[in-house]
Amino acid sequence: MSEYAVEVENLVKEYSDLRILKEISLKIPKGKITTILGFSGAGKSTLLKHFLGIVKPTKGSVNILGTDLSSLRSEELRDFRRNFGMVFQYAALFDSLTTFENVAFPIREFLDSEDHEIIDRVNKLLLSVGLKEESFYKYPHELSGGMRKRVGLARALALRPKIMLYDEPTTGLDPITTKMVNDLILDTANDPEQNELTSIIISHDVKASLEISDYVAFLESGEVLEYLPVEEFKVSNNSMIKKFIELS
Amino acid sequence: MRVPVSILGSKTIQTFSSIGRISIFIHRFFYWIFKPPFRIRLIVDQLYFIGNKSVFIILLSGGFTGMVLAYQTYFGFKLINIDSLVGPVVALSMARELAPVLAGLIVSGRAGGAMAAEIGTMKVTEQIDALEVMGINSFQYLAVPRIIAGTIALPLLSVLFLLIGNVGGWFVGTKALMIDESLYFAKLSDFMFMADIYQGLIKATFFGFFISLIGTYFGFSVSKGAEGVGRGTNLAVVWGMIVVLISDYILTSILVKVL
Repeated sequence: MSEYAVEVENLVKEYSDLRILKEISLKIPKGKITTILGFSGAGKSTLLKHFLGIVKPTKGSVNILGTDLSSLRSEELRDFRRNFGMVFQYAALFDSLTTFENVAFPIREFLDSEDHEIIDRVNKLLLSVGLKEESFYKYPHELSGGMRKRVGLARALALRPKIMLYDEPTTGLDPITTKMVNDLILDTANDPEQNELTSIIISHDVKASLEISDYVAFLESGEVLEYLPVEEFKVSNNSMIKKFIELS
Repeated sequence: MRVPVSILGSKTIQTFSSIGRISIFIHRFFYWIFKPPFRIRLIVDQLYFIGNKSVFIILLSGGFTGMVLAYQTYFGFKLINIDSLVGPVVALSMARELAPVLAGLIVSGRAGGAMAAEIGTMKVTEQIDALEVMGINSFQYLAVPRIIAGTIALPLLSVLFLLIGNVGGWFVGTKALMIDESLYFAKLSDFMFMADIYQGLIKATFFGFFISLIGTYFGFSVSKGAEGVGRGTNLAVVWGMIVVLISDYILTSILVKVL
């Protein structure tokens, strides 16, 4: 059994004559928080889509939890994605469903649970991300940005994923909500109920990344410039990374 | 010279690639419609949205169309003393053409546009990505139930349009224009056959399929944020109406020979 949740080897992605990812190799350990940092347009989101198998590589391989994604047929890949939970930049909650129903949605879709089991599980998840009961039956448009993020996290955790993906989790949030989201990511990663949960964060928020991550990868123009434990990353001699840290 | 040639070339390529994309979309529908899970509840929800929520506007437009048609026909027919044929004219034109076409245009404007707007908004706000990440096939979840519901709902709405249109025609013909009621019904049974109703129902079924297919297609094709959603909605309504009118001609030319 591999000690890595994600293993990417010589990954290349090209669109027409544009090379988005250039021979990327990356091994993300299980049970840790890894942040992929980089400027806008560096290829972070494209890399994330490769992890999910939404985008196919032009060259190279993507191995998730010991499974080579290229060996899966589209149906198998769709089932395999249940290993992931994803928190989107703007939460991506379903507009037509209440907070409660948003979190219950994946449970109803995939688990053969009784109604009372669903109610118990959803209530527990919503309380664990710090939501109060009066928000359970509100619609997404009635919630603040921070509350939507909490609901998005609860929904992502509903099927007990092995890997959590966070796409720009703190972009556009005020400092207090940013701290709340970071604490939530840390608490979720350290929750003993989430058995060896691997967290991967896509971000350009350096400060938050350095606070909560175990490992940091820096992506620039489709290449991994540096991939280090956070303490080593902080003192990296790479001029680009120094500049990135200084500017933020 | 090069400029017009390149414009013509690019338009040709665009047209063929659009035809290709919509053909793939149709193929995906017929592939996924037979694959479990069969989401009956979603189909019922969409039937409610497309069908029930269109009932008022269908009743209103159907009733007034029948009434106006009776009036216009009466004054023309009166000149040549065949005003007793107002009933059959209203009933036949309603059954064969007006009920399916007008119901189709109404549903295209109301539900086709709403489908594109809803799916398009889900796309730009990453809700469709959220479905895919959960392992749910977004096409099967969003497009298939809407297309099935549209294909079922439009013939039903068309029947409603036909019924209320005939009630309107009967009311104006016999109560306002004083055509003898027994003569009105006698002529109706002389000229109106089940084949006329079948013709309208077959058309309405095709229109329902096309309208919901176009609505969902433009919803999934949305890009570029809110502006893209507006554009997709507009295209869904316009193309829905165009396809109803063109396919009406094609279907009529076939059905008059077959039925």
